[in-house]
Amino acid sequence: MDVTVSAHKEGVIADVDAFRKPVTIPGLGRALRAEEMVINMGPQHPSTHGVLRLELVVDGEIVVDVIPHIGYLHRCFEKHCEHMSNYQQVVPYVDRLDYVAAMSNEFGYAVAVEKLLKIQVPERVEYIRVIMAEFSRIISHLIALGTYGLDMGAFTPFLYCMRDREHVLDIIEETCGARLLYNYMWVGGLSHDVKPNFQDKTRAFCKYFRPKIAELNELLSYNKIFIERTAGVGVLPPEVAINYGASGPVLRGSGVKWDLRKDDPYSIYSRFEFDIPVGKGIKGEVGDCWDRYMVRVHEMEQSVNIIEQAVEHLPAGDVQSAIPKRIRPEAGEVYVRTETPKGELGFYVVSDGTQSPYRVKVRPPCFVNLSAIPAMCHGAMIADVVAILGSIDIVLGEIDR
Amino acid sequence: MIPQEIHDALTGSFGEAILASKLDGVPDPWIRVAPDVLKEIARFLRDDERMQFDALMLLTGMDYTQGRLGVVYHLHSRKWKHKIVLKAEVSADQPHVQSVESIWKTANWYEREAFDMYGVLFDGHPDLRRILMPDDWEGYPLRKDYQVPEFYNGMKVPY
Repeated sequence: MDVTVSAHKEGVIADVDAFRKPVTIPGLGRALRAEEMVINMGPQHPSTHGVLRLELVVDGEIVVDVIPHIGYLHRCFEKHCEHMSNYQQVVPYVDRLDYVAAMSNEFGYAVAVEKLLKIQVPERVEYIRVIMAEFSRIISHLIALGTYGLDMGAFTPFLYCMRDREHVLDIIEETCGARLLYNYMWVGGLSHDVKPNFQDKTRAFCKYFRPKIAELNELLSYNKIFIERTAGVGVLPPEVAINYGASGPVLRGSGVKWDLRKDDPYSIYSRFEFDIPVGKGIKGEVGDCWDRYMVRVHEMEQSVNIIEQAVEHLPAGDVQSAIPKRIRPEAGEVYVRTETPKGELGFYVVSDGTQSPYRVKVRPPCFVNLSAIPAMCHGAMIADVVAILGSIDIVLGEIDR
Repeated sequence: MIPQEIHDALTGSFGEAILASKLDGVPDPWIRVAPDVLKEIARFLRDDERMQFDALMLLTGMDYTQGRLGVVYHLHSRKWKHKIVLKAEVSADQPHVQSVESIWKTANWYEREAFDMYGVLFDGHPDLRRILMPDDWEGYPLRKDYQVPEFYNGMKVPY
C-alpha cells in the first residue's frame, strides 16, 4: 500500500516554515543561530546592582554576546535642570546621580558652573572640597569592593567594608548633617564650615583606616578562591578600553595610566603628591577583573595620602564668602570633567544668559563603562558575567539619570 | 596643536565643510562642520598624526529651537593633550547626521541617547534604538517644545 502522510494535513506541524525563520533580537545585529539561546538576567537580579537588565546570548555555557537594557531608573535629570529657577537648585539633584559618592558629583557640577561664571573660590573651600571628594572616593570604593566580595560569595568582607564606611559617614554627617545625599558643595562655596574637631577626627580616621586596607587584602584580595574567580576573567585590552571611552578604575585596570587629577588637573589637585595605581596583571592578564578590583584598593591608599596632606594645610577663611547672590552667567558653554570614584564625570553646561541653565548634559562614567561590557563578556562563562559586571562598579542612578 | 592650527588643518583638508568657528575668548573653542561629511572629518581627527584625537569625551544632542537641532562632540587627544569641540547643526525636519560609531565605539550609546532624547538620526549607526525611554514612547523628551503626553499605555503620566 502506498501511504503518503502529509505532516501539514495531519496537523502535526502546522507551519514548517515558521521554524525555519531566523529569530532576530533587537540589538544583536544578526539572526540567532540554532545552537544559541537567550537568557535574561535582571532587572530584578541581586548581582546587577540595581535595575539593570542583560540579555545574554549563550552557546551552551559560553557567553557569545550581551545586550544591556537600561533606563529603568530614568527620570530625565537633564530636563529637570532646564526647569530649575536657578543654578543652585540643581545641586541636590546631582547628588542623586551617583548616590554612593554624592560629594564627587557636587564637586564636578560646582567646578563647571564656577568656570562658567569665572569665579574663584576661597582656599579653604578648595581644601575642604578635596578632602570630601577623597572621602567619597573611599566610601564608594568600600561599597564597590564589599559588594564585589558579596557577588563572589564572600560575605564577611562586605561587613568589614560597611563598618569602615561608617567612620567616614560619621565625619561627613557631623559636617553637613546628611549621610548619603549632602547638598554640601554649592556654587561658589559650601553649605557649612567644618566643625573645630574636624582635623583631629580626620587624622584619627586616616590612622585607623590604613591597617584596615591591609586587613581587607588578607581577607579578600589575596584569597585563593577570590583570585580563581576574578583573575584572567573579563579581560579588557587597553586599546579597546580607550576606544570605548572607558575611564576610572576600568581604564586604569587595563594598564592605562590616566587620571584627570594628574592629567587634566582641576581644583587644587596639582598641589598634592600621590600615585596613580594601574593594573599590572599580577594574578592573570592585564585588564582582568582582579586588576580592576585591585586598582580600587590602591586608590583608597592614595586617597588617604591626599586627605592627610590636605588636612595638614587646611587654611582658615570663610567658606561662604564667594557664593554669588544671584547666578546669571553670560551666554556661553563649558565642559568640565572631574575624576570621580567611577571615572570621568563631565558636565556640559550651556547658558543663554538667563537664571536657569539652557542645557545641562552629564557624561556619566558608569554609562560609558557599561557600554563596554559586550567586549569584556565575549567568550566568558555565564557565572563570569556576574564577576565582570561587579568589577565595572556601576550605579544605575547615574546611568539612567 | 592650538585650536587655530586644528582649524587651519581642517580647512585645508575639507574646505567648505567647515562652516563656522569660535576659537578665542571661550573656555572650549569650537568648530562647526557640515553634518554630511562628519564621519570623514572624525576619521581625519582620529588618525592624522598631528591630531590623534583618541577620546570622544562627550556627544551631546542639542535643541537650538526654531527648528534647529544640533550635535556637539567634545574631543581630546591623550598623546598631544589638546582638545577641540565639533558642532553640527541640522533642521528638525531632516535631522540626519553621520554616525561616528565606527570611529569611536563610545559613540554607540551616546548616539542612541541623542536619538532617544532629540530624535537626531545617525546614518550608519548599527543599532539605533531608544536607550533610556521605553521603545514605544512617542516624542523626544528633551526638545524644548516637548509636551508630556496625558497617558502612556493607559497610565496617567503627569503626576
